[in-house]
Amino acid sequence: MSHTFLEQLWIARYVILNGIGVTVSISLLAILVGSVLGVFVGLALVYAGAILRLVMRAYTDIIRGTPVLVLVLASYYVSSAVGLDLGPFSAGVLALAIFCSSHVGEIVRGALQAIPRGQTEAAKAIGLTFTQAFTSVLWPQAMRQCLPAWVNTAAEMVKASTLLSVIGVAELLLRTQEIISRNFMSLQFYFLAGGLYFIINFGIERFGKYVERKTALPS
Amino acid sequence: MGKTILDIQGLRKTYGQHEVLKGVDCMVQEGEVISIIGSSGSGKTTMLRCINMLEEFQGGKISLDGEEIGYHVDGGTRRRKSEKEIARQRALTGMAFQQFNLFPHMTAAENIMLGLVKVKRMSKPAARSIAEKWLDRVGLAARANHYPGQLSGGQQQRVAIARAIAMAPRLMLFDEVTSALDPELVGEVLQVIKGLAADGMTMLLVTHEMRFAYEVSSRVIFMNQGVICEEGDPKDMFVRPKTERLAEFLKSSSFN
Amino acid sequence: MGYTLNFSAVWRNFDFLLSGLALSLGLAIISILIGAVIGLLLAFALTSKSRIAVMPAQAYVTIIRNLPILVLVLFVFFALPQLGFRLDKVRSFVLVLSVYSGAYLAEVFRAGLLSIPKGLTEAGLSIGLTSMQIRGSIIAPLMLRNVLPSLSSTIISLFKDTSLAAAIAVPELTFAARKINVESFRVIETWLVTSALYVATCFLIAILMRFVERRLALPR
Repeated sequence: MSHTFLEQLWIARYVILNGIGVTVSISLLAILVGSVLGVFVGLALVYAGAILRLVMRAYTDIIRGTPVLVLVLASYYVSSAVGLDLGPFSAGVLALAIFCSSHVGEIVRGALQAIPRGQTEAAKAIGLTFTQAFTSVLWPQAMRQCLPAWVNTAAEMVKASTLLSVIGVAELLLRTQEIISRNFMSLQFYFLAGGLYFIINFGIERFGKYVERKTALPS
Repeated sequence: MGKTILDIQGLRKTYGQHEVLKGVDCMVQEGEVISIIGSSGSGKTTMLRCINMLEEFQGGKISLDGEEIGYHVDGGTRRRKSEKEIARQRALTGMAFQQFNLFPHMTAAENIMLGLVKVKRMSKPAARSIAEKWLDRVGLAARANHYPGQLSGGQQQRVAIARAIAMAPRLMLFDEVTSALDPELVGEVLQVIKGLAADGMTMLLVTHEMRFAYEVSSRVIFMNQGVICEEGDPKDMFVRPKTERLAEFLKSSSFN
Repeated sequence: MGYTLNFSAVWRNFDFLLSGLALSLGLAIISILIGAVIGLLLAFALTSKSRIAVMPAQAYVTIIRNLPILVLVLFVFFALPQLGFRLDKVRSFVLVLSVYSGAYLAEVFRAGLLSIPKGLTEAGLSIGLTSMQIRGSIIAPLMLRNVLPSLSSTIISLFKDTSLAAAIAVPELTFAARKINVESFRVIETWLVTSALYVATCFLIAILMRFVERRLALPR
């Protein structure tokens, strides 16, 4: 067996790229589905009637009070037990999406409630209906407010994707472990995996700051 | 004597246990400029906010141009109008707030255009030209494409007034529009209001600016503890107050 | 569906779950305490005026915050032995969670330090206190009161992260739950109870923190 890290890296290049691809797809799916769900959760937390608000509150508190790994394991084991043939990838993404939705729901709720009351009053005073006021005045302001926390949640999703290795999904971390089991270069390859995750998350952070700058209002 | 724009009869409002308005009657003719003065807690701002239903009221009747505002009273029953109906009625009045409340994510022109496009269903170009006309009227034509964050307090308030008046309301409501401004910026806003008054706009102003009330108003209403205590021509009232409370109030507000 | 709920398997093993929870709490407490010390030192470094202090601290925080905990756990337990550092499972995990907590608590403490008016340091200097004394007697106590809300949510988050110890077979709550699940096939019941235990513990931590907040609050 060739004994330098670079040689081993070259041999394993497709496995690693494959792993990155799976990690990215897990993260993207979880973020997209979770965010869409999360917006509805957030809207319900602010505007829905008392019963629905309570249900949503319970939902977010329970999901946020549970470790992600528990959500992943539960989703994996429970789905197969109740007959839903999801498989590890879908079960894992489902768990992450639900986790993401509870965080995004809180973020959206916070952003909407942070808008000064005067904005709603001014919108009412010129005769806008609630729907008009929400789409033209409230939501654009809330979205700007959400952005930093949402970018943070996106990075958390990438980190959480590593948990799917525990249920056997062949994302980057599991692939790294496979490679190491062949060539025993754990130091080098865990370092590499760490480096790759760092680059992805750091990139997300930087991109978020860029978008924040671009959408900032001139003052 | 023009027509009656606003007719308030027996207006009552409670906040929980506390009765804020205890039966207020008021009639406003077209073209009148009425200042509403009084100490905090007198109910003056609450009364103003009932007119455009930013506050609910539990008793009495408000009519704008003959239309019942907010509630429909039929014999013994009192029914709140639908949200859509109330929104339509709100567009009949214009309000300027103490905190301006400009929409920070829109330029000055866009702030004004929003109501014109969404409520009055104008085309964007038509709305734009009206917005520019009113911005020019308040002296801010050059700032049409600036965001509120780029404007001073006085400028923001002038845009806010333009936003309200561009909707061609029957009645303008001003809620302490200079109280949040630095002293040197108050003048530019009062100038705008004087100009609108001279043009014949019917106005109700809740204000602390006694000199302004004295110079510009056709009538002053002094409120105290939820009722109208005294009203009349400022040139009489301020010099020869009929009630002791008004006399005390005038003394403490250092009007001379 | 053919699945009827039967909690007996879970109740039979409930003490197993509870001892797992106790271990989770133990791991959390030790790691957070060590992390708090690290975080406080980092926070002082991050807010200092000398670049030699700021840069390594900023590097530490940025790198750790962008790494998944699981990668760190596996690295410390499986890769570090190659360099000669062999730690048992529990010590490995505590090391990782302490380092991880340090990075997150550093941010919390940094925000707290920035919220303290400069005038207080100057007042301390003018009565002759040294920098170290000022930090210990004036700044740290005040900062602690300021950061309690965000400290509370960070602590709860770090407690939940103890579940990752299950990945290297540390017998904390999640590991115990998985064992019961695999042995009894009572999937829904197991995970429901486990989730309930975590949620209840997080809730109790939050209440405890709010109690501390009120106790420490300055009279007004």
